[in-house]
This record gives sequence, structure tokens and C-alpha cells, in this order.
Amino acid sequence: MMLADTGGVSKKFGDFTAVDGVDLTVARREVVGLLGANGAGKTTLMRMLLGLISPTSGRVELFGETITPDARRRIGYVPQGLGLYEDLTVAENLEFVARAFGVDPPEFGDLASSKDVLVRELSLGLRRRTAFLGALSHQPELLVLDEPTSGVDVIARSDLWETIRATAEEGAGVLVSTHHLEEVDQCDRIVVMAGGRIVLAGTMAEIVGDTVSGTERTERFERRFAELAIA
Amino acid sequence: MNETNWGLESVSVDFGNTHALQDVSVTLSPRTIVGVAGGDGSGKTTLLRTLLGLLTPSSGAVDRPDGDDVGYLPAGSGIYPDLTVEENLKFAAGAYGVRGDDYRAARDELLARTGLDEAHDRLGGKLSGGMRQKLGLAMSLVHRPRLLVLDEPSTGVDPVSRSELWRLVSEAARDGASVVMTTTYLDEAGRCDAVCVLDEGVVLLQGPPNDLVAGIGGRVGETTSRPETRYAWRRGASWRVWSPDEFNSSAVRPVNPDLQDAVIVAALRRRHETGEVAA
Repeated sequence: MMLADTGGVSKKFGDFTAVDGVDLTVARREVVGLLGANGAGKTTLMRMLLGLISPTSGRVELFGETITPDARRRIGYVPQGLGLYEDLTVAENLEFVARAFGVDPPEFGDLASSKDVLVRELSLGLRRRTAFLGALSHQPELLVLDEPTSGVDVIARSDLWETIRATAEEGAGVLVSTHHLEEVDQCDRIVVMAGGRIVLAGTMAEIVGDTVSGTERTERFERRFAELAIA
Repeated sequence: MNETNWGLESVSVDFGNTHALQDVSVTLSPRTIVGVAGGDGSGKTTLLRTLLGLLTPSSGAVDRPDGDDVGYLPAGSGIYPDLTVEENLKFAAGAYGVRGDDYRAARDELLARTGLDEAHDRLGGKLSGGMRQKLGLAMSLVHRPRLLVLDEPSTGVDPVSRSELWRLVSEAARDGASVVMTTTYLDEAGRCDAVCVLDEGVVLLQGPPNDLVAGIGGRVGETTSRPETRYAWRRGASWRVWSPDEFNSSAVRPVNPDLQDAVIVAALRRRHETGEVAA
């Protein structure tokens, strides 16, 4: 069973086709990167997967069935803006989220020393950590992340990826939307959207080549992207 | 062409008891792009603001051209959402005293180079992230400054627009500007002529990217099982590890490190060696 599975899914807003016949799957234990320029349809696709908007046509399934209210309880979602309550402490945010899902608040781990700090007084790295802990507190089977490590330093970024990877290894599937090569590099495979369609899918090595180093990979990545966006 | 270098020399900036920057030196030269990398709170924006004269350092010296010879792209582009593309550009030109034929020539050239000519009458607030950043960059270039200061130009920008932004910045440098830009992404920093990586207000690494990778010291390897060492970090489904000596485990495959590895190794060494992080 796929955790997320769309078949020929489309979404129109008036005359504008935001998503056009997309087939996407996310299986257990895999991290899938969703890429595309602004306006490529990534967010609309994610919103359909989260059950926030209905497709115009095609199929969207979560956990092997059409989206039910119960499916939402099996998803963990971290939006780009993180969705935290700035005027609550770390502990209060986590307790609030856990209660909404009817589970016990998570262990604070490396946030223990910050648990009584208001979220608005936290560094971005610790805010991201808090949002992750909250999204993982109900042990979701599908984790949906929008640019998960943007703005944090290399160590915090590596810690966040450790958490994402550990979640996948425990059996969850992860869908990550991103613009950045450094995040793409962490995914098992990537799906590239342009003009509402999937224009490329595969591993990073298939897309930019396996043996090129740092800067050259970035340039190839962007060039490949430019070709696809124009096509 | 004036060959003056700009920059900071041994600059420290304190906010109350917080040391936002400690003993930071950066040299900015014509036709050269310097990248300032680091996470949120590392001191990147403080460095730019000090360079621009918006903050006064507690110690050290700042060298910059006179006000009108500096172009500045603030984080989030600093464009006016209620003005059209062309009105934004005209406003910036007016602020720098660029008028008449000089303005019209700069406008036509910048609109063409940024690809914004077709969107010239669109409101700033209706632009995509990439177009906003290109307009912000055009506004910072309208008076042909000798020093160009860019705060996270590629944040919120897709890879296609990012590569176009990069071309525009490279052209400004080629035409003689000294460029300094901040970024949180090391693959981007790796394209600069020199990089200054900040960690909690301190320079963690500094120099041309290739030198930083070459100077990593020790070995970097890849392994598919969770390593025992605390000098380990994630790279996709596997881990990267650092060792001062050859790897004696056959489970670790040596790899050619990149700038990201060099910075992680330096950051881990700094943390472990100063005892800030427990094993």
C-alpha cells in the first residue's frame, strides 16, 4: 500500500490549470523531494494531499483509500511558516498539538532547556525543532514538509535531517517540497513539476550525474531546471 | 577604474551582553563576489548592516564608499508592493539622483537584463518571488554602485530565477563592482570567489571555496550504518564521517568532500573542542 497515491489528478481554478494529470506516490520508508519553480503546482498538489482542497478530476488516496477525516490524524505537516503559536512556550505549543491529536506530549530531548521559553524568543533553528517535535508527536505515517531546513545553520540542518531520516527508517513516508540542492541531496528520489505537470522523476544521480562536485552540481541542477521549465 | 578595497577590519559588534560579531575581517575587491554564509542568528545581517554604516562597531574599522556609491538589496527585496515595476525603479533612481536620459538608459538596460520589461507596469505586490528579487536587484544597481551589498538574494527564489539572479550579480561584478552577499546555502556560497562562514558571530572558515575544501584536514568518508563517532552527519540515506586519520573500517568509503562537508567538520570541531555540545 502506498501512503500517498495520486492518479491523473488535476486541479483547475477557473480557466487556470494548476495541477495537470499528476501521478505521485510516497511509500513507507522513503523520502521524496517535490521540486518546481514558483507556480509549478507544488503547493496545490500538497494541499490536495492534505485534504484541504478537492481535485477537479483524478484520484487522490491516502493510506489506500480516498481521503477521510481520519486520514488527517495520520499525517504530520510542517508548513514553511512553521505554524507555531508565538505567544506560547515550547512546552505549551507541544502540549496543545498533542492534545489536539489525543496523545501525550513528546519528550523534549534537546529542547529541554528551552521548554519554558516563548516561541517568539527562540532562534529559527529551535523553532524548526519545536515544529518538528509537534508534527511528530502523534507518530504520523506520512510526513509532509515545506522547505524544512531553510534558514538554519549546517549543524541544525544536519540534526533536522537526522530526525527526518530516523522517522522514515521507523516506517513513515516523507514528502518534502524544496528549491534547494542541499535538501534535494537528502532525498531518495525527486519529482520535478513545471506548469502543473511532472516533467522529471528519478534519483538525484540520474538528474545531475553522480560524480560531479559541489558548485558544478549546483550549476547543472539549475540548468536542468531551466530546460524543464521552458519545455 | 578605482581599485580601492572595501570591507571590515577586526570588527566586533555588541548588543548589550550579546557579542553579535567578534573580530571579523572581510576584504571586498572590485570584480569579486564574497559570500557570507551562516544560519539565522549567525551574524550575517549584522555584518552587512555594519558595513553599510547602519550599526556602529564596538571596535574595529569599516571601509566603504560614500553613500551613493553603495547598492543594497535588503532581505525580502525591499520593493514597494503598491508601485509598478517601473515606478519602483524610478523611485530608487530618484533617491540616488539618477534622472533624465541617465535614468531612461539605466531603466531600459536593467528591465531588459532582468527580463522584467514585459512586466514593467505590473504592481510589485503581484510579482513572483524570483521577479521581486530581480526588481530589488535592479533597484540596487540603478546608480551603478561600486559596492553591491545583497542580503539573502536567493531566499524564496526557485532554481530558474536563482540562476538568472546569479547571472545578474556576476555581470555587476564583471563590470567592476565589489559584491558581498549573504546566503544560508553552501552550494551557493561555493560559487563565490571567497566565502566567510559565520557561526555565532565568529568566523568559522574564510577563504576561496576550493581552499576551504582542500584545507579540511583528515578524511571524509561515507557509511550506510549509524557511525559511533560524534563527527558524523547525514547525507541522504547514508552518513558522512570525518576522521583525523585514515579510516580503518571497511564500512567507510572515502569520498571527495565538498564545501558543505568542510563547514560541518569545522562547526563540529568548534563545538566539540570548546565543549559546548556533549557527545
